Amino acid sequence: MTSPSQAATNADSLTPEPAAGSGGPDAKGTPALAGRTPRQLAWLRFKRDRVGIICAIVVVFFILVAAAAPLISALYGKNAYDLYGQDDGLLNSYGLPIAPNGGISGQHWFGIEPQLGRDVFMLLVYGIRTSLLIALAVTVLAVGVGVLFGLTQGYLGGRTDYFMGRFSDFMLSFPQQLFFIAFSPVAISLFVGVGDPESWWVRPLVLIGVQFLLGWMSIGRLVRAQVLSLREREFVEAARISGASSWRIIRKELLPNIWSTILVQSTLMLPVFVTAEAGLSFLGVGILPPTPDWGLMFQTGATFYKSDITFMFFPGIAMVIFVVAFNLLGDSVRDALDPKTLR
Amino acid sequence: MSEQVTLDQPEDTAPEPAKDGASGAGAGGGETLLEVSGLQKYFPIHGGFIVKRRVGDVRAVDGVDFSIAAGESLGMVGESGCGKSTTGRLVTRLLEPTGGKITYAGQDITHRSRKELAPIRSEIQMIFQDPYASLNPRQTVGSIVSAPMEINDINPSGGREKRVRELLEIVGLNPEHYNRFPHEFSGGQRQRIGVARALALDPKLIVADEPVSALDVSIQAQVVNLLQRVQKELGIAFLFIAHDLAIVRHFSQRIAVMYLGKIVEIGDRASIYERPRHPYTHALLSAAPEADPDDDGRERIRLAGDVPSPINPPSGCRFRTRCWKAQDKCATEEPPLVQIGGNVAGHLTACHFPEEPTITARKEDIVLDPALAAIEEAAEETP
Repeated sequence: MTSPSQAATNADSLTPEPAAGSGGPDAKGTPALAGRTPRQLAWLRFKRDRVGIICAIVVVFFILVAAAAPLISALYGKNAYDLYGQDDGLLNSYGLPIAPNGGISGQHWFGIEPQLGRDVFMLLVYGIRTSLLIALAVTVLAVGVGVLFGLTQGYLGGRTDYFMGRFSDFMLSFPQQLFFIAFSPVAISLFVGVGDPESWWVRPLVLIGVQFLLGWMSIGRLVRAQVLSLREREFVEAARISGASSWRIIRKELLPNIWSTILVQSTLMLPVFVTAEAGLSFLGVGILPPTPDWGLMFQTGATFYKSDITFMFFPGIAMVIFVVAFNLLGDSVRDALDPKTLR
Repeated sequence: MSEQVTLDQPEDTAPEPAKDGASGAGAGGGETLLEVSGLQKYFPIHGGFIVKRRVGDVRAVDGVDFSIAAGESLGMVGESGCGKSTTGRLVTRLLEPTGGKITYAGQDITHRSRKELAPIRSEIQMIFQDPYASLNPRQTVGSIVSAPMEINDINPSGGREKRVRELLEIVGLNPEHYNRFPHEFSGGQRQRIGVARALALDPKLIVADEPVSALDVSIQAQVVNLLQRVQKELGIAFLFIAHDLAIVRHFSQRIAVMYLGKIVEIGDRASIYERPRHPYTHALLSAAPEADPDDDGRERIRLAGDVPSPINPPSGCRFRTRCWKAQDKCATEEPPLVQIGGNVAGHLTACHFPEEPTITARKEDIVLDPALAAIEEAAEETP
């Protein structure tokens, strides 16, 4: 935590903006006695980090786009499945857009897809939605299980810690990408019989499953290390002397102290899962066409990049912006939560 | 520290004694609140390749007997690693004793589980050494101090918040600090919060594990005085663990001196500080710095070497490896903790060849370290 001198200087320099912490518990106290929660202090630090704010806006923008995809579709007047290029004759006989720059026009802002002729803007919006939803599900699952695992491991210690630790080492030793590629078809065949049509939910479910399977260990180890150091602290002993149960100690004494780690680690994990999902779809073991997906757009783009580079451009730029913004946001969150980190 | 103010034995401290079957009078008057006999704590050492097995023990506490009367303060002194803190943690049952017996108000609590301990949890509390580690940085002062009440489901009249504000006032903090976080306080203030938390359940016994050694000297006095006020006004018994002899003398009516997991001497304040018998107590007292540098009236004893390893303690008397009076008997026979002729009742010493009950200067200083002896000799020769 903050050392007292640091906290004091923070508090001093921050008092000129009393409105900042108005949501806090200082409702009736005089301003001089206003207590700032560690969270409020972190928020104040974060607000002064310009890069962090910009990245947060970008990330929120992406999430809003994903969430509001049907609304955007309605306003824009197109959807992600209609073959506008073929229906309106915008493709030449090779299946490439006739108009320059990948068919960008007032009708199709980001152009149209080669071959099928779908609208690129809509594809991208819905693709972000698919990828983000899958990555979000993986993150939530991995963080939940990882935290639970790490907490149990760190809190119980001893033999339990040893065996759980070896299990997580074992899971860590799998080569991730190879495992995804090799195992996804196996997992899919578990759900779909030979010759049966595949339901829409099988692919996302398998993607979430395999990524989660190899994704929870890093946060588990982090949480374990934190809990190991925290449980020896005297405030835990103080709670124990008062007769607190293990559950209460975990909930009230340990968890509040590892929230920042969990938060930072999750924001760093999410973009990794987004790229991993896109990578798998690109390699053909992820989402299948015609479902719009970020990775699939890269796949199509890679096929046509010699004749229609514009199609690669939009998903590529969007992915770069998203991943960079999310990573920088994670860094900013970490800096804001831990004032001792100096870059 | 103003020692003369409190040197007289406060006889009026014992308030309402424990009602349910206290087992006889303690040495300091009043009913015995806590009785510890033969207490042991061995920490196992595991070794071996692949297959771990127990290769030895660290005998942190090895057969300790003492008792604390209601409202009384027992000081526990000794050098680092002698088992003081472990004893404190055994008494609060943070650690499971390896052997021996702990009796609190007539009930055997040696091996009780967490659930079984619940009724007496509120009566034994602890104040910790490090005020920076003993308060959860993510909780407000209010929730830290009210947590013990919450855990034990105690609802004081007027609500918990009112009680917390009262407690903050008792320990000398502004009740308006209720909603503040620990990082906004100084070390001394944090220790006051720790005291408030310990008082939240109206305990009868507080184990203070070096409560001031992490604080500034100027703050130490304030916190010790606060603890003393708490002890006298609320009639709470203390097990006061410290290595600062002056503070223990200021605070405790009875003192126990520990060496390598055992109590070597125990007695009331005047006996231990004015008429010590055990050679180790003599050495310890002579090592404490004196406020007056020109005062040559005290004996000087310089021990050599380190405390032996608690993994493999010396046979017989544990102090014999560093004792200037050690003889063959000390190696073969362990001296019992008994009252030696010439001592007042309750002053027990574990030594075969006790020293004279005085701390005035000897004809010749005892300097066991040959190198140090040579230096001192040279210093004396040069004018």
